[in-house]
Amino acid sequence: MIKYLIEKEFKQILRDSFLPRLIIGYPIVMMIVLPWVANLEIKNINLSVVDNNHSHYSQQLIQKAVSSGYFRLTGVSSSYNEAMRNIESGDADIIMEIPANFEQDLIKQGNTKLLISANTVNGTKGGLGSSYLSSIVMDFSADIKDKWVQPVKAGAITPSIKLVTQNRFNPHLDYKVFMVPALMVILLTVLCGFLPALNIVGEKEKGTIEQINVTPVSKFTFILAKLIPYWIIGFLVLTICFGLAALVYGILPTGHLITIYLLAILYVLTISGFGLVISNNSDTMQQAMFVMFFFMMVLILLSGLFTPINSMPHWAQNITIFNPLKYFIQVMRLVYMKGSSIMELGTQVFALSLFAIFFNSWAIISYRKKS
Amino acid sequence: MKQFLSFIRKEFYHISRDKRTILILLGMPIVQIIIFGFAITTEVKDVRVAVFDPSKDEVTQKIIDKLDANEYMNVVSVIDQPEDIESIFRKGKADIAIIFNQHFSENYLHTGDASVQLITDGTDPNTASILTGYVTNVLNAAQQEISGQYKTPLSITPEVKLLYNPGMKGAYNFVPGVMGLILMLICAMMTSISIVREKETGTMEILLVSPVKPIYIIVAKAVPYFALSCINITTILLLSVFVLGVPIAGSLTLLVGVSLLFIFVSLVLGLLISTIVKTQVAAMLASGMVLLLPVMFFSGMIYPTENMPFILQRISDIIPAKWYIAAVKKIMIEGLEVTFVLKEIGILTLMGFTLLVISLKKFNDRLE
Repeated sequence: MIKYLIEKEFKQILRDSFLPRLIIGYPIVMMIVLPWVANLEIKNINLSVVDNNHSHYSQQLIQKAVSSGYFRLTGVSSSYNEAMRNIESGDADIIMEIPANFEQDLIKQGNTKLLISANTVNGTKGGLGSSYLSSIVMDFSADIKDKWVQPVKAGAITPSIKLVTQNRFNPHLDYKVFMVPALMVILLTVLCGFLPALNIVGEKEKGTIEQINVTPVSKFTFILAKLIPYWIIGFLVLTICFGLAALVYGILPTGHLITIYLLAILYVLTISGFGLVISNNSDTMQQAMFVMFFFMMVLILLSGLFTPINSMPHWAQNITIFNPLKYFIQVMRLVYMKGSSIMELGTQVFALSLFAIFFNSWAIISYRKKS
Repeated sequence: MKQFLSFIRKEFYHISRDKRTILILLGMPIVQIIIFGFAITTEVKDVRVAVFDPSKDEVTQKIIDKLDANEYMNVVSVIDQPEDIESIFRKGKADIAIIFNQHFSENYLHTGDASVQLITDGTDPNTASILTGYVTNVLNAAQQEISGQYKTPLSITPEVKLLYNPGMKGAYNFVPGVMGLILMLICAMMTSISIVREKETGTMEILLVSPVKPIYIIVAKAVPYFALSCINITTILLLSVFVLGVPIAGSLTLLVGVSLLFIFVSLVLGLLISTIVKTQVAAMLASGMVLLLPVMFFSGMIYPTENMPFILQRISDIIPAKWYIAAVKKIMIEGLEVTFVLKEIGILTLMGFTLLVISLKKFNDRLE
């Protein structure tokens, strides 16, 4: 019995002129475009310099800032107000004002100040930009110190701490390595979530559901037959994503792909089950689409995709306990970057199993043969 | 006029009949503002620090105490050997590890080559660089304290001023984005679906044979969504001022004016979609995938457009929401005058009229 039902589902999907193309084409386009877009890496910060000193040192400092790779010098203004106008018009993100007696003060008094003003409408950009610039300035003063102090006071030692920084798992702090595995989860969620959500309600609108209702097919078999095709679609999408991540971005998992596939079984079941629940409870496709859209948006925003869950307030962190996306994004990032094995992913396996059982039982219960 | 009014009434009936959709349309901006305003922060808090300190002397203890006292950081574990870092990171029990070398204070005071190694969990690149910044600042402060009154020679003290958004709240960046997204969703998506539905169910024919001019039918369709959009803008602005504490720095009139212009562009876009597609599903997928995803990703709402490669930046230029969001940021957050947003207003107007001409042409063709 179930064999025929699954065959029917596949025929329905393949007969559609749009769906097969969507299932294959959407992941390909998105995997090629999104990693370039979903980039919170802060680079190319537009720097406007107000150099009131025009000295050897001030030139060196500007040079150092530009050659760091984070900043793009967009203009040298003659006054702070002129630089502010650049910020207002959006041509500059950050101002560095070097005071008139910069070099003189530094040599004579041994210390000087300079002003950094950052546009923080975009908090990350402004914050990171100003801290990058501060550390460049600090570095610069350390450089000068090395040049001047050591030869002068030969033998005497200025106490200083040398700082060596190392980043594990993502040594070059490449944002794509961080985003690509998580974007796969979004693609899987969109395709295996929206399609089932439109599925049963679509049959309701067309009236074909009546024909199923008069057959002796049990609720369980009916829902299972709806789920299995999305399972297969999910595996197909995931495989396309793995291939593209390796080919286009050279990103390969540190752990085993088997681990991801095993957990994907649970995840696709969860998200398709959720889609079917919405489909069962909707009257029109439009309604199903909007309800799904609403939940998707909340779940994606609270999944830790964009911002770390640890920085969320406690109430939001508590909500994320019930967010299946969070667990699967964790799985993806852990396996891809840290090479975690299934033994280390106990929490995620447990949570996703519970979700899968919960949503699919609900889908079976909420499907009513009698209206 | 009376006919026109009754057409508008008919559209309102249509919308109010589907309670669940209307609830979502009105509730979505509220939920988004709350999530974006309170839950989504790029600020890194509650950093868990692991320390490896073989030297265990005064200086290292002082630094560790200072780290622990910092409001953003907690020293959660003291490890016995550097090899443990790997497993602590893999289990996700610490975000950053600090490794002091041996005989730290001796080296620090006498040979001058005391060194500290910072090892971050680089999984999330931004968090890693922010963490490095935090720890570096604490180390510098500790160093200054240890060296006492003795002021380090040849130092440059950078004074940092954060403009417009000193608390670095994410809300300042997100509120304009939410406005763009919601208006696009309601105006373009809903308008296109509702026109196509009339075509699909065949009721469009009935409307077209009525004595009302076709253009009024379309205008009547847009009126309820226009009203909904106005309600939503009001909700978003009220919430952002009174709940998020994001002030409207510039002129409210100008802000409303630009929003009305954007609503117009979105409505016309919805009209255009409805003249192109034939079924509801196609309208949904067209507006969902072609409009909403690009608005989320390309409009600079979450991801800054200047990070994108050249081609993608040009693609983002043709998205109306990008210009609207840029204008709202300037007016609402930076409080700039109308002269600074002339470019955005010009582009939106141009887009609106081009789309209007194209869709009216298409619409007329269909009637023949």
